[in-house]
Parts: sequence; C-alpha cells; structure tokens
Amino acid sequence: MTATPTARRATDTETVRSLNGSETIMSVEDLKVYYGNFLAVTDTSMNVPEKRITSLIGPSGCGKSTVLKTFNRMNDLVAVARVEGRVNYYDKNIYDPDVDPVAVRARIGMVFQRPNPFPKSIYDNVAWGAKINGYKGNMDELVERSLIQAALWDEVKDKLKESGLSLSGGQQQRLCIARTIATQPDVILMDEPCSALDPISTLRIEDLMRELVEDYPIIIVTHNMQQAARVSDITAFMTLTEGRSGTLAEMGPTDEIFTSPRDPRTEDYITGKVG
Amino acid sequence: MAVQASPLKGSGNLQRRKAVGTIARGAFFLATMFGLVILAILLIDIISDGYTWVDRDFFTALPSRFPERAGIKVALMGTLWVMGLTALITFPVGVGASIYLQEFAPRNRITAIIETNIANLAGVPSIVYGLLGLGVFVEIMRMGRSVIAGSLTLSLLVLPIVIIASQEALKAVPDSIRQGGLALGATRLQVVRSHVLPSAMPGILTGTILALSRAIGETAPLIVVGAVAFLTFTPEGLDSQFSVMPIMIYNWTARPQEDFHSLAAGGIIVLLAVLLAMNMTAILLRNHFQNKQIQ
Amino acid sequence: MAKSIAQDSLAARLRSNELYAARPLTGSSMESRFSERVVRGLLFICAALSILTTVGIVLILFVETIGFFERVSLWEFLTVTEWTPLFNNAKYGVLPLVAGTMWVAVIAIAVAIPIGLSAAIYLSMYAPRGVRNVIKPALEILAGIPTVVLGYFALTFISPEFVQRVFSDTRLFSALAAGITVGILIIPLISSLSEDALQAVPSGLRDGAYALGATKLEVSTRVMVPAAFSGIAASIILALSRAIGETMIVVLVAGGTPNWSADPRESMQAMTAYIVQISSGDVPRGGVEYQTLFAVGLTLFLITLALNVASYFIVKRFREVYE
Repeated sequence: MTATPTARRATDTETVRSLNGSETIMSVEDLKVYYGNFLAVTDTSMNVPEKRITSLIGPSGCGKSTVLKTFNRMNDLVAVARVEGRVNYYDKNIYDPDVDPVAVRARIGMVFQRPNPFPKSIYDNVAWGAKINGYKGNMDELVERSLIQAALWDEVKDKLKESGLSLSGGQQQRLCIARTIATQPDVILMDEPCSALDPISTLRIEDLMRELVEDYPIIIVTHNMQQAARVSDITAFMTLTEGRSGTLAEMGPTDEIFTSPRDPRTEDYITGKVG
Repeated sequence: MAVQASPLKGSGNLQRRKAVGTIARGAFFLATMFGLVILAILLIDIISDGYTWVDRDFFTALPSRFPERAGIKVALMGTLWVMGLTALITFPVGVGASIYLQEFAPRNRITAIIETNIANLAGVPSIVYGLLGLGVFVEIMRMGRSVIAGSLTLSLLVLPIVIIASQEALKAVPDSIRQGGLALGATRLQVVRSHVLPSAMPGILTGTILALSRAIGETAPLIVVGAVAFLTFTPEGLDSQFSVMPIMIYNWTARPQEDFHSLAAGGIIVLLAVLLAMNMTAILLRNHFQNKQIQ
Repeated sequence: MAKSIAQDSLAARLRSNELYAARPLTGSSMESRFSERVVRGLLFICAALSILTTVGIVLILFVETIGFFERVSLWEFLTVTEWTPLFNNAKYGVLPLVAGTMWVAVIAIAVAIPIGLSAAIYLSMYAPRGVRNVIKPALEILAGIPTVVLGYFALTFISPEFVQRVFSDTRLFSALAAGITVGILIIPLISSLSEDALQAVPSGLRDGAYALGATKLEVSTRVMVPAAFSGIAASIILALSRAIGETMIVVLVAGGTPNWSADPRESMQAMTAYIVQISSGDVPRGGVEYQTLFAVGLTLFLITLALNVASYFIVKRFREVYE
C-alpha cells in the first residue's frame, strides 16, 4: 500500500470517494441506533472506500460494534434495536423496506469476535454458505480456493472431513474467514476478530487481511490501537457523548489519525489519557 | 471497479427460499398451537360432560352402583390421607438428601453414584414403583393394602423429583452467603441452617408442591399396591383400606354406561381443580418470596 | 466522658477474649462436633435412601422373576407368541404384550417428533419473547394433566370422534388411539427439552449462519438443529421411554386382550396394562399370576433402563464442545 490517501474529515461526504481512485462502497448518513429507549449511537456519518481496510476504534461502549452490525443488518436480530438514518451499499439504503436483510448478508459477510465454526466438517463449514446461496460451480474447487485465500489450506487439506471444532482457535477464525469468502461477498466486516486469539494467530490474521483487501474491502472493529495502526488504511475514531451515546469523532487516513489527530478526544485516547 | 447497482431484493433463488421459509414458519406455528388446541378441547369436553354432576351430594355420597347416587367422598378422603402422608415423608427426606448432596457430600464416587442413581430413578415407570410397593410394603412388610403402603410407594416415586428440585434451589443460593457465614467462624451446618436453607426455602417448597401435584394424579402404582374403587368407608388409620380420586375416575371411565362416564368427568373436574389450586399456590409462593427478596 | 470509658472497658474486655467461649484452633467443643456428625449422618441416610430404592426395585423384580422362571422356561417367555396365564392351558409368551407396548410407543413417537420438534423450533427461533413465555408454560400444563384424565379423553373423544372417523375399521379400543393419545402426552416433553437444547447452542453459531446470508429456516434446520442434536435425541429417547412406561391411557383405550397382530387398528394389551389388569384382582403371593406381574415388570424395567442409558451415552458421545 504505497498510496497515501489525503487527509479529510469523515463527515465530509466528498472525503473518501477521491482517495486515489477508491470509490465509496458503503456509507452511513446521520445514523442513530436505539436499544429500546437507550440511544446507543448518534450523529454518525462515514464513507467506507473500496480496496481499503477501514478500522473503527474507540473506548468500550462507544458503539463501534453496533455501527458495524448496521452494515449487514445483524442488528435486526436484536429485538429491541432500532435504526434511523441511512446505511448505503453503493447508493442503495439497505434499511429500505424493499431490501431483504438475507440478501444483504449474502453480499456483506461478517467475521465475529469469537471463532464460531459450525459443528460440521471443515469442508461443509466452507461449502454451506455457498450452497444455500445457490452456488452452481464446482464445490471442491471453491472450498480449496477459499481455504487457500484464508491461508488455511496447507494445514487442513488432509483432514477436510474432520470437525471444524477440532481446529485451534486461530485456525477456527481463519476457517470462519474462508467460509465468508466462499459466499463471494462484496465487503467483509470483522468484529474484533483477534480478541480471542494468541499473538501469533493474531499476526497471521492481520497478514491475511492485508492480502484479502486486494479483493475485498474490510471494515474492522478493534479495541487494539496497535492493530488498527498496523493493518488499516483508514481509521474512524468513535467516542461517547455526554449522554453516553456513541458517536463518530473523526475519520481519516490511519497514519494521520495516529500522528496528528484533529479532535482533542482522539488525541487523549491515542495518547492513553482516557479509555 | 464499476458500481454495480445490484438489487438487494434477492434473486429467484432467494425468493424461493423465502417462500419455503414462510410455509415452514406457518407449519411450526400450527405445531406449537396443536398441543394448546388439544388442551382446550380436553377442558371443554370434560367440563361440558361433567359439570352437572358436581354438586353438594357429589362430595358427600359414597360410591354406588347407581350413577345418580354415587359420589366421591371416600376417594377424596383417601386422596387427602395419602397425599398428607406422602408430603410428611417426602419433604424431610427429600430436603435432607438434597442438603447432603449439595452442601456436605464429598466429590467422590459414592456421591456421583447417588446422583446418577437419583436421575435414573426419575426415569423409572411409575408402575414399577407400584410393583416395588406391592412386593416390599404390602407383602414382605405385611402392611397389606393400606393407606401407609400406598403413601410409602408414592413417596419413593416423587422423592427423586423433590430432591432434584431442592438441589436446584440450593444451587441458586450464591456462594458468597456461605463464605460470609463461614468467615464468621460458623460451622457448615450452622451456615446451612440459618442462611442457606431460608434463602432456598421458596424454591424447595415450590418444587415439593409441584412434585406432590404429580403424585396426586398417579393411578397405576396405587392400583398395583391395592387401592380399590368400591369402598363404603373413609380411612380411619394408617392400616385402613383406601381409594383415591384417580382410581375412582378410572373405575367410572372403564364402565360401559354413559352415565358413569359423565360421573368420571365430574370427578376429573374436582381433581383438576385441586391440581390447579396446588399449582397456583406454588406460583404465588414463588412470587411472594421473589418480591420479598428484591425489597 | 462516661461513654468513652465504657467503650474503653468494653474494648479491653473484648481484647481479653473473656466474652467468648474458649476457641482453640484445633476444633470446637466435643458436643457440637458430635451433633454436627449426627445430623450429617442423618442427611447422608436420606440421600442413600435412593440407592436403597434402586436396590429394592432390582431385588424384588429379580427374586419374583426367578421364581417365575422355575415354572416357565425363559425360552417360552421370549419366543412364544401367546400370553394366556389365566387359561387352563396357560401360555407364557411375553411377545404379544411387548408388541402391544411397542405399537403404542412407535405411534406415539411418530406423532410427537414432528409436532414437538416443530414447536421447539418455533418457540426458540420464531416466537417473540412474550409469546414464548405464555406458550411454554401452557404446554407444560398439558404435560401435567394426570394420565387417567387423558385416558378418559381418549376413550370419550379421541377414539370415537377422531381416530374411528379418520382410520376406517378401527375399534373403539385400539393401539392406534392409545398411541395418538400418548403422543399428545409426550409432545410437551419433546418440545420443552428440545427447546432447551436449541437455546443452549451458542449464539455465535446462529449469528455466523445469518451473516452468510441464510434464511431463518436455513439457520434453524441446518445449523441450530444439528448443533443441538445430542439434546434433541436425548429428549426423543426420554419421550420414548415415557411412552413405553405409560399406563393409564393404554389401560383405558388400547384394549385388554393380548393380541399378536400387525394391525394397530385392533385392540392390544400393553405390558403396563397387563400389570394393572392382574393386580386389580386379588393375587396371592407365591402364585404364578403374582410372579407374572414381576416378570413383565422386569421386562418393562429393562427396556426403559436401556433407553435411559442410551440417552445418557448419546448426550455424552455427541455433545459438541464449543470453545
């Protein structure tokens, strides 16, 4: 990644679209998320570019996972959650009434905080999502390709019939990535994907993310600032308002956010004064 | 990369999957309602068959060959006797066993065997308990076909349920209470008696009442130990012969005459009313103590 | 002033320990230790009573059954297809009773698996919380209805109003009517335990499946149900065991004559029904009739025990260990 994107504020809609040919693939406009009566996220707008890793960072409780879950409507599964504002995939609002959340999730994949392989064979773990989404090609080929892309193939090629749960934590997480890739998503969301892993497995996943971003834009939530600095191109810093709601403080190229933040709250957080 | 404004409404594949999903949802819902509909039909059927029979005479009359003269006095008194005795036996024994297992038992093989054994006993068919009662209490111990033989049999039947429910209630008492007591220099027994047991008591009582409500409807084991339907006197002591409500109902149902069936429905109304009262008591008891703990 | 002196003197007395009984570190006074041990012993006896119950069941069943096999060969018991212990020319083949029991149990489980499992899926995956909190206890009421009441309902409603109308040539007393009624009885058992098993599946699996673009039905039937397999299988086996041991429904509606037949529309006698039939009369101890009760009872006990053990091993063998 030699190209250094120009510094812009995230709330500026022009921002990321002009990042060295990267177009915006997803964007958020005036997002508000309620859990029951509690306003969990407010006043948040951001653009997410193609072919980049965008990280969401901020103190715990700042709503970064909540924002991530609006990108593929996983919030729909929380009975009390309510979303206002727009979440666009290209220029279609995915919260429009004519949009099917199942179709959204088939396009926008997600990797979770804890590895959650299905209690099926390694092969079936990868094949299942593709199968239900009507994949008609050669399944063996797709499984192999996905596992290779997820940097897991060499470790599991001789035991594809074994249970996905027999793998180590780091391998399980790469299996979950392979399973997501196999459905050919347009975007991959990652919700603290390394927080349950040891440092070596974490580095492997980070390397993998750098390789994957050639094909898939990635949005990652992380509580680990070093990780955000290491892997991401763009960083969005979220913080808490006085009403304890999460909100976006600033967003920009990662090196600028970490070296010369414009918002004092970002600086306090990065230099360790808070959070 | 070109912006592909791909629609998010889903392809034909997804629409087909969604349609199947909608049908399945309907089927799942109907299956869920099936049991409730049957329950409603059952209650309506029984009440409409039997309500005309439930009057004052129904409670005071003895069994009779003529349906219009028959009543449930003997069976009702028998049920009260048997259930009273069963409660007296199961409560102390069941609570004692659960306290031992939950608070004192060392984690060794004997304890594991006892616990597995209790779980297994809960799965033994009730009629096998009847055979145990017949063989041991009625014949070997020569109690005969008596109230006490029936009560002991039912006690053994519900003990596993009482023990399991009481253990759950004891488990729910936070360990901090035990540690707090022990840290003051109390013995385990003192801690259990003055702190753990009072906290667990609502749960234990609820579990015991629910277990007894299962016992009150039991028919088969009491038939095997020799409860009879046609008796013209109420129990006078532990060695009296006896009848109980479910056996009366069984006997009336098994007769071919339509009138006896209605009589059985009348008996069922009374039995269900008693059951309902017991369940309500258990629920009220639980709610009462829960509210108290919150305040 | 006075107050502070009083406090000081209390402090001194507290320090000197004179206000407490002697508290040596090596154990309290003998009597409290003794009473503690007595109570503990009594509590242990309460718990050990359950072992005594099991031993009692096994002994009484075996002792009387051994007496039975001194008169009747095991071979006859297990192979002859006639059970006529009350006839002059008595035959002691238990197979017709076992067949009666199995017909009822198989029909019951065939009714209860699809309905119970569907209800479990609905309750855990589809129903809003409020609806679930109403329906689940209501279904458990059905499970708490005394079986003699269900027997009455089977005889006066299910058999004449439903079974005999839908299945032609069915008798009023039939294995079919008994099986369907027992099926209704065990639906709540399957739905409740299976729902617990589905709830116990880690939510990460559910989310993972949704995130791949699966519909709710696909998440339910292809991820959640397989993941909860051990719990669901155990619930089905327990329900089967319950159906086999069920007594009052089969006594009232399955029929009272042993019948070695392949047609469940006929009336059949189940093992439990035989025990009730014989023990309703006066059976002197030591007679062969008395012993048949225990021989049949032991057969029943061993079948249900085998099922309970099987469910235990299924849970152990197939339970997925989620990280």
